[in-house]
Amino acid sequence: MTEPSGRPAHLAHHFSDTEQQRESAKLGMWIFLLTEILLFGGLFAFYVFYRAWNPDIFYNAHVHLNTTLGAVNTIVLITSSVTVALAIRSMQLGKRRKTITFLATTVALAGVFLIIKYFEYSHKFHLGQLPGQYYSYAGIEGTNPHIFFSVYFTMTGLHALHVIGGMVVIGWMLYRTIRNDFSAEYYTPIENAGLYWHLVDVIWIYLFPLLYLIG
Amino acid sequence: MATDTETHGQHVTPLKIYLGVGAALFVLTVITVAVSYIDLGPFNLVVAMGIATVKAALVALVFMHLYYDDKLYLTIFIMALLMLSLFIVITLFDTLRRGDLYEEAASPLRQEALIYQQDTTETGAHTTEDSTADTTGTAVHDTTRDTTQETGQETPAGSSH
Repeated sequence: MTEPSGRPAHLAHHFSDTEQQRESAKLGMWIFLLTEILLFGGLFAFYVFYRAWNPDIFYNAHVHLNTTLGAVNTIVLITSSVTVALAIRSMQLGKRRKTITFLATTVALAGVFLIIKYFEYSHKFHLGQLPGQYYSYAGIEGTNPHIFFSVYFTMTGLHALHVIGGMVVIGWMLYRTIRNDFSAEYYTPIENAGLYWHLVDVIWIYLFPLLYLIG
Repeated sequence: MATDTETHGQHVTPLKIYLGVGAALFVLTVITVAVSYIDLGPFNLVVAMGIATVKAALVALVFMHLYYDDKLYLTIFIMALLMLSLFIVITLFDTLRRGDLYEEAASPLRQEALIYQQDTTETGAHTTEDSTADTTGTAVHDTTRDTTQETGQETPAGSSH
Protein backbone atom coordinates (compact mmCIF):
# COMPACT_ATOMS: atom_id res chain seq x y z
CA MET A 1 0.00 0.00 0.00
CA THR A 2 2.87 2.39 0.73
CA GLU A 3 5.19 3.67 -1.96
CA PRO A 4 8.94 4.10 -1.36
CA SER A 5 8.37 7.81 -0.70
CA GLY A 6 6.22 6.94 2.30
CA ARG A 7 3.05 8.17 0.61
CA PRO A 8 0.11 5.78 0.61
CA ALA A 9 -0.66 4.36 -2.84
CA HIS A 10 -4.17 5.86 -2.94
CA LEU A 11 -2.91 9.43 -2.38
CA ALA A 12 -2.73 11.40 -5.63
CA HIS A 13 0.48 13.40 -6.06
CA HIS A 14 -1.27 16.80 -5.97
CA PHE A 15 -2.67 16.30 -2.46
CA SER A 16 -0.59 16.77 0.64
CA ASP A 17 -2.38 14.14 2.70
CA THR A 18 -5.28 11.67 2.71
CA GLU A 19 -7.54 14.02 4.62
CA GLN A 20 -7.12 16.84 2.09
CA GLN A 21 -7.80 14.41 -0.75
CA ARG A 22 -10.90 13.10 0.99
CA GLU A 23 -12.28 16.59 1.68
CA SER A 24 -11.70 17.68 -1.92
CA ALA A 25 -13.42 14.60 -3.30
CA LYS A 26 -16.38 15.06 -0.99
CA LEU A 27 -16.70 18.76 -1.84
CA GLY A 28 -16.77 17.84 -5.53
CA MET A 29 -19.39 15.17 -4.86
CA TRP A 30 -21.62 17.60 -2.98
CA ILE A 31 -21.40 20.14 -5.79
CA PHE A 32 -22.42 17.36 -8.19
CA LEU A 33 -25.34 16.48 -5.90
CA LEU A 34 -26.34 20.16 -5.95
CA THR A 35 -26.60 20.01 -9.74
CA GLU A 36 -28.63 16.80 -9.38
CA ILE A 37 -31.06 18.54 -7.04
CA LEU A 38 -31.47 21.31 -9.59
CA LEU A 39 -31.92 18.77 -12.42
CA PHE A 40 -34.75 17.07 -10.55
CA GLY A 41 -35.89 20.51 -9.39
CA GLY A 42 -36.98 21.35 -12.92
CA LEU A 43 -39.26 18.32 -12.86
CA PHE A 44 -40.55 19.12 -9.37
CA ALA A 45 -41.40 22.58 -10.71
CA PHE A 46 -43.15 20.91 -13.68
CA TYR A 47 -45.17 18.92 -11.12
CA VAL A 48 -46.05 21.96 -8.99
CA PHE A 49 -47.22 24.15 -11.90
CA TYR A 50 -49.29 21.49 -13.62
CA ARG A 51 -50.83 20.27 -10.38
CA ALA A 52 -51.77 23.88 -9.52
CA TRP A 53 -53.43 24.21 -12.95
CA ASN A 54 -55.12 20.77 -12.97
CA PRO A 55 -55.81 19.67 -9.36
CA ASP A 56 -58.71 17.41 -10.40
CA ILE A 57 -56.76 15.56 -13.09
CA PHE A 58 -53.98 14.83 -10.64
CA TYR A 59 -56.47 13.51 -8.11
CA ASN A 60 -58.48 11.42 -10.60
CA ALA A 61 -55.40 9.99 -12.32
CA HIS A 62 -53.29 9.18 -9.25
CA VAL A 63 -55.93 6.65 -8.17
CA HIS A 64 -54.67 4.49 -11.05
CA LEU A 65 -51.20 4.16 -9.52
CA ASN A 66 -50.60 1.10 -7.36
CA THR A 67 -49.96 2.47 -3.85
CA THR A 68 -48.91 -0.93 -2.52
CA LEU A 69 -46.16 -1.32 -5.14
CA GLY A 70 -45.07 2.28 -4.52
CA ALA A 71 -44.89 1.70 -0.76
CA VAL A 72 -42.98 -1.57 -1.21
CA ASN A 73 -40.51 0.25 -3.47
CA THR A 74 -40.10 2.96 -0.82
CA ILE A 75 -39.24 0.30 1.76
CA VAL A 76 -36.85 -1.40 -0.70
CA LEU A 77 -35.03 1.86 -1.41
CA ILE A 78 -34.81 2.83 2.28
CA THR A 79 -33.40 -0.62 3.09
CA SER A 80 -30.81 -0.18 0.34
CA SER A 81 -29.84 3.18 1.87
CA VAL A 82 -29.30 1.44 5.21
CA THR A 83 -27.19 -1.30 3.61
CA VAL A 84 -24.96 1.16 1.73
CA ALA A 85 -24.47 3.15 4.96
CA LEU A 86 -23.54 -0.10 6.74
CA ALA A 87 -21.15 -0.99 3.88
CA ILE A 88 -19.26 2.27 4.45
CA ARG A 89 -19.31 1.76 8.21
CA SER A 90 -17.86 -1.75 7.81
CA MET A 91 -15.04 -0.39 5.66
CA GLN A 92 -14.32 2.32 8.25
CA LEU A 93 -13.86 -0.52 10.72
CA GLY A 94 -11.75 -2.47 8.21
CA LYS A 95 -14.29 -5.29 7.80
CA ARG A 96 -13.88 -5.84 4.07
CA ARG A 97 -16.00 -9.00 3.85
CA LYS A 98 -18.99 -7.28 5.44
CA THR A 99 -18.58 -4.35 3.04
CA ILE A 100 -18.74 -6.78 0.13
CA THR A 101 -21.93 -8.35 1.52
CA PHE A 102 -23.62 -5.00 2.13
CA LEU A 103 -22.67 -3.58 -1.29
CA ALA A 104 -23.95 -6.71 -3.03
CA THR A 105 -27.21 -6.44 -1.05
CA THR A 106 -27.55 -2.80 -2.12
CA VAL A 107 -27.14 -3.69 -5.81
CA ALA A 108 -29.68 -6.50 -5.38
CA LEU A 109 -32.21 -4.19 -3.73
CA ALA A 110 -31.75 -1.65 -6.53
CA GLY A 111 -32.55 -4.51 -8.90
CA VAL A 112 -35.70 -5.35 -6.93
CA PHE A 113 -36.76 -1.69 -7.15
CA LEU A 114 -36.34 -1.73 -10.95
CA ILE A 115 -38.21 -5.03 -11.34
CA ILE A 116 -41.19 -3.64 -9.40
CA LYS A 117 -40.98 -0.45 -11.48
CA TYR A 118 -40.96 -2.59 -14.64
CA PHE A 119 -44.23 -4.27 -13.61
CA GLU A 120 -45.82 -0.88 -12.87
CA TYR A 121 -44.66 0.55 -16.20
CA SER A 122 -45.73 -2.44 -18.31
CA HIS A 123 -49.19 -2.37 -16.71
CA LYS A 124 -49.54 1.30 -17.69
CA PHE A 125 -48.20 0.66 -21.19
CA HIS A 126 -50.77 -2.10 -21.56
CA LEU A 127 -53.65 0.20 -20.50
CA GLY A 128 -52.43 3.14 -22.60
CA GLN A 129 -51.89 5.36 -19.54
CA LEU A 130 -49.05 7.10 -21.35
CA PRO A 131 -47.79 10.67 -21.68
CA GLY A 132 -49.05 13.19 -24.21
CA GLN A 133 -50.18 11.96 -27.63
CA TYR A 134 -49.61 8.29 -26.72
CA TYR A 135 -52.34 8.42 -24.09
CA SER A 136 -55.25 6.16 -25.04
CA TYR A 137 -56.85 5.20 -21.73
CA ALA A 138 -60.53 6.14 -21.41
CA GLY A 139 -61.30 5.60 -17.73
CA ILE A 140 -60.27 8.92 -16.17
CA GLU A 141 -62.63 11.87 -15.86
CA GLY A 142 -61.50 15.41 -16.59
CA THR A 143 -59.72 17.33 -19.34
CA ASN A 144 -56.32 16.06 -20.48
CA PRO A 145 -55.58 13.31 -17.93
CA HIS A 146 -52.44 12.51 -19.95
CA ILE A 147 -50.77 15.47 -18.20
CA PHE A 148 -50.52 13.45 -15.00
CA PHE A 149 -48.86 10.57 -16.82
CA SER A 150 -46.41 12.94 -18.52
CA VAL A 151 -45.38 14.10 -15.04
CA TYR A 152 -45.38 10.54 -13.68
CA PHE A 153 -43.24 9.06 -16.44
CA THR A 154 -40.70 11.89 -16.66
CA MET A 155 -40.17 12.02 -12.89
CA THR A 156 -40.08 8.28 -12.17
CA GLY A 157 -38.25 7.68 -15.47
CA LEU A 158 -35.40 10.06 -14.64
CA HIS A 159 -35.33 8.57 -11.14
CA ALA A 160 -35.18 5.03 -12.56
CA LEU A 161 -32.25 6.08 -14.78
CA HIS A 162 -30.51 7.26 -11.63
CA VAL A 163 -31.22 3.91 -9.96
CA ILE A 164 -29.62 2.17 -12.95
CA GLY A 165 -26.66 4.55 -12.70
CA GLY A 166 -26.44 3.82 -8.98
CA MET A 167 -26.37 0.07 -9.64
CA VAL A 168 -23.46 0.56 -12.05
CA VAL A 169 -21.53 2.79 -9.62
CA ILE A 170 -22.14 0.59 -6.57
CA GLY A 171 -21.39 -2.51 -8.64
CA TRP A 172 -18.09 -0.90 -9.59
CA MET A 173 -17.39 -0.16 -5.90
CA LEU A 174 -18.19 -3.80 -5.13
CA TYR A 175 -15.65 -4.88 -7.75
CA ARG A 176 -13.02 -2.51 -6.37
CA THR A 177 -13.66 -3.72 -2.82
CA ILE A 178 -13.20 -7.32 -3.97
CA ARG A 179 -10.01 -6.18 -5.78
CA ASN A 180 -8.82 -4.88 -2.38
CA ASP A 181 -8.57 -1.20 -3.39
CA PHE A 182 -10.00 0.06 -0.11
CA SER A 183 -9.06 0.00 3.54
CA ALA A 184 -10.03 1.67 6.80
CA GLU A 185 -7.73 4.55 5.73
CA TYR A 186 -9.09 4.98 2.24
CA TYR A 187 -12.71 4.40 1.25
CA THR A 188 -13.68 7.81 -0.23
CA PRO A 189 -15.06 6.38 -3.51
CA ILE A 190 -17.52 4.13 -1.61
CA GLU A 191 -18.47 7.09 0.58
CA ASN A 192 -19.22 9.26 -2.47
CA ALA A 193 -21.13 6.47 -4.21
CA GLY A 194 -23.13 6.17 -0.97
CA LEU A 195 -23.89 9.92 -0.99
CA TYR A 196 -25.23 9.59 -4.54
CA TRP A 197 -27.33 6.57 -3.57
CA HIS A 198 -28.80 8.39 -0.55
CA LEU A 199 -29.77 11.33 -2.78
CA VAL A 200 -31.59 8.95 -5.12
CA ASP A 201 -33.41 7.68 -2.00
CA VAL A 202 -34.26 11.23 -0.84
CA ILE A 203 -35.75 12.04 -4.27
CA TRP A 204 -37.90 8.91 -4.14
CA ILE A 205 -39.02 9.85 -0.60
CA TYR A 206 -40.62 12.94 -2.19
CA LEU A 207 -41.81 11.28 -5.39
CA PHE A 208 -43.75 8.59 -3.54
CA PRO A 209 -46.22 10.85 -1.65
CA LEU A 210 -46.38 13.42 -4.49
CA LEU A 211 -47.42 10.86 -7.10
CA TYR A 212 -49.03 7.96 -5.21
CA LEU A 213 -50.60 9.60 -2.16
CA ILE A 214 -52.37 12.71 -3.44
CA GLY A 215 -54.95 13.47 -0.75
CA MET B 1 -0.20 4.23 8.48
CA ALA B 2 -1.38 3.43 11.97
CA THR B 3 -0.83 7.02 13.06
CA ASP B 4 -2.69 8.19 9.96
CA THR B 5 -5.81 6.38 11.13
CA GLU B 6 -5.48 7.99 14.52
CA THR B 7 -5.19 11.55 13.25
CA HIS B 8 -7.78 11.27 10.48
CA GLY B 9 -10.15 9.16 12.60
CA GLN B 10 -13.35 9.61 10.59
CA HIS B 11 -16.54 9.55 12.59
CA VAL B 12 -17.92 6.03 12.73
CA THR B 13 -21.67 6.19 13.33
CA PRO B 14 -22.81 3.61 15.89
CA LEU B 15 -24.70 0.68 14.40
CA LYS B 16 -27.65 1.41 16.68
CA ILE B 17 -28.13 4.86 15.11
CA TYR B 18 -28.17 3.49 11.55
CA LEU B 19 -30.64 0.76 12.44
CA GLY B 20 -32.76 3.16 14.51
CA VAL B 21 -32.96 5.67 11.66
CA GLY B 22 -33.81 2.85 9.23
CA ALA B 23 -36.64 1.72 11.54
CA ALA B 24 -37.88 5.31 11.90
CA LEU B 25 -37.97 5.63 8.09
CA PHE B 26 -40.04 2.41 7.83
CA VAL B 27 -42.50 3.64 10.47
CA LEU B 28 -42.82 7.06 8.79
CA THR B 29 -43.50 5.36 5.43
CA VAL B 30 -46.31 3.32 6.99
CA ILE B 31 -47.72 6.45 8.68
CA THR B 32 -47.69 8.50 5.47
CA VAL B 33 -49.54 5.73 3.58
CA ALA B 34 -52.08 5.37 6.42
CA VAL B 35 -52.71 9.12 6.63
CA SER B 36 -53.36 9.29 2.87
CA TYR B 37 -56.53 7.22 3.42
CA ILE B 38 -57.92 9.78 5.89
CA ASP B 39 -59.49 12.86 4.32
CA LEU B 40 -57.92 15.94 5.91
CA GLY B 41 -58.72 18.27 3.01
CA PRO B 42 -55.74 20.46 2.13
CA PHE B 43 -53.86 19.17 5.18
CA ASN B 44 -53.24 15.82 3.47
CA LEU B 45 -50.62 17.52 1.30
CA VAL B 46 -49.13 19.35 4.31
CA VAL B 47 -48.87 16.15 6.37
CA ALA B 48 -47.45 14.11 3.45
CA MET B 49 -44.82 16.77 2.68
CA GLY B 50 -44.01 17.19 6.38
CA ILE B 51 -43.39 13.46 6.82
CA ALA B 52 -41.36 13.33 3.58
CA THR B 53 -39.22 16.23 4.81
CA VAL B 54 -38.58 14.52 8.17
CA LYS B 55 -37.56 11.35 6.29
CA ALA B 56 -35.33 13.29 3.87
CA ALA B 57 -33.73 15.14 6.81
CA LEU B 58 -33.00 11.85 8.60
CA VAL B 59 -31.35 10.42 5.47
CA ALA B 60 -29.38 13.62 4.82
CA LEU B 61 -28.22 14.21 8.40
CA VAL B 62 -27.42 10.62 9.43
CA PHE B 63 -26.88 8.49 6.32
CA MET B 64 -25.24 11.29 4.34
CA HIS B 65 -23.30 12.27 7.47
CA LEU B 66 -24.21 15.96 7.21
CA TYR B 67 -24.74 16.13 10.98
CA TYR B 68 -21.22 14.84 11.71
CA ASP B 69 -19.25 16.29 8.78
CA ASP B 70 -17.86 19.73 8.07
CA LYS B 71 -20.87 22.07 7.87
CA LEU B 72 -19.67 23.23 4.44
CA TYR B 73 -21.44 20.21 2.90
CA LEU B 74 -24.65 20.98 4.79
CA THR B 75 -24.41 24.56 3.50
CA ILE B 76 -24.11 23.35 -0.11
CA PHE B 77 -27.13 21.06 0.37
CA ILE B 78 -29.25 23.84 1.88
CA MET B 79 -28.15 26.29 -0.84
CA ALA B 80 -29.41 23.83 -3.45
CA LEU B 81 -32.78 23.57 -1.70
CA LEU B 82 -33.01 27.37 -1.34
CA MET B 83 -32.25 27.91 -5.02
CA LEU B 84 -34.84 25.31 -5.94
CA SER B 85 -37.54 26.89 -3.78
CA LEU B 86 -36.73 30.36 -5.18
CA PHE B 87 -37.01 28.94 -8.69
CA ILE B 88 -40.40 27.36 -7.97
CA VAL B 89 -41.91 30.20 -5.90
CA ILE B 90 -40.93 32.98 -8.30
CA THR B 91 -42.25 31.01 -11.29
CA LEU B 92 -45.50 30.41 -9.37
CA PHE B 93 -46.03 34.19 -9.29
CA ASP B 94 -46.40 33.88 -13.05
CA THR B 95 -48.15 30.54 -13.48
CA LEU B 96 -50.79 31.15 -10.79
CA ARG B 97 -51.76 34.59 -12.15
CA ARG B 98 -51.91 33.81 -15.87
CA GLY B 99 -55.68 33.35 -15.78
CA ASP B 100 -56.06 36.92 -14.55
CA LEU B 101 -54.11 38.14 -17.54
CA TYR B 102 -56.49 36.40 -19.98
CA GLU B 103 -59.46 37.93 -18.17
CA GLU B 104 -57.94 41.39 -18.41
CA ALA B 105 -57.29 40.96 -22.11
CA ALA B 106 -60.92 40.03 -22.61
CA SER B 107 -62.31 42.96 -20.59
CA PRO B 108 -60.39 46.25 -20.88
CA LEU B 109 -59.35 47.82 -17.58
CA ARG B 110 -60.66 51.24 -18.64
CA GLN B 111 -63.72 50.75 -20.80
CA GLU B 112 -64.03 54.50 -21.33
CA ALA B 113 -60.47 54.80 -22.71
CA LEU B 114 -60.25 56.66 -26.02
CA ILE B 115 -58.85 53.66 -27.86
CA TYR B 116 -61.99 51.60 -27.23
CA GLN B 117 -64.31 54.52 -28.06
CA GLN B 118 -62.74 54.80 -31.51
CA ASP B 119 -63.30 51.08 -32.10
CA THR B 120 -67.06 51.49 -32.26
CA THR B 121 -67.21 54.81 -34.12
CA GLU B 122 -64.54 54.78 -36.82
CA THR B 123 -62.81 51.69 -38.19
CA GLY B 124 -60.40 53.48 -40.53
CA ALA B 125 -57.51 54.48 -38.24
CA HIS B 126 -54.48 52.20 -38.60
CA THR B 127 -53.42 52.09 -34.97
CA THR B 128 -56.91 51.27 -33.78
CA GLU B 129 -57.27 48.50 -36.31
CA ASP B 130 -54.00 46.96 -35.20
CA SER B 131 -54.96 46.95 -31.55
CA THR B 132 -58.40 45.50 -32.28
CA ALA B 133 -56.86 42.80 -34.40
CA ASP B 134 -54.50 42.04 -31.54
CA THR B 135 -57.12 41.71 -28.86
CA THR B 136 -59.61 39.79 -30.96
CA GLY B 137 -56.72 37.70 -32.25
CA THR B 138 -55.77 36.56 -28.76
CA ALA B 139 -59.41 36.10 -27.82
CA VAL B 140 -60.05 33.90 -30.85
CA HIS B 141 -56.85 32.02 -30.20
CA ASP B 142 -57.98 31.42 -26.62
CA THR B 143 -61.35 30.05 -27.53
CA THR B 144 -59.90 27.71 -30.15
CA ARG B 145 -57.47 26.43 -27.54
CA ASP B 146 -60.33 25.87 -25.10
CA THR B 147 -62.47 24.04 -27.63
CA THR B 148 -59.63 21.77 -28.71
CA GLN B 149 -59.11 20.88 -25.06
CA GLU B 150 -62.81 20.33 -24.69
CA THR B 151 -63.07 18.03 -27.71
CA GLY B 152 -59.84 16.32 -26.70
CA GLN B 153 -61.55 15.41 -23.47
CA GLU B 154 -64.80 14.44 -25.10
CA THR B 155 -63.40 11.94 -27.57
CA PRO B 156 -61.95 9.40 -25.09
CA ALA B 157 -64.86 9.89 -22.68
CA GLY B 158 -67.35 9.32 -25.50
CA SER B 159 -65.64 6.17 -26.72
CA SER B 160 -65.82 4.67 -23.24
CA HIS B 161 -69.58 4.73 -23.15
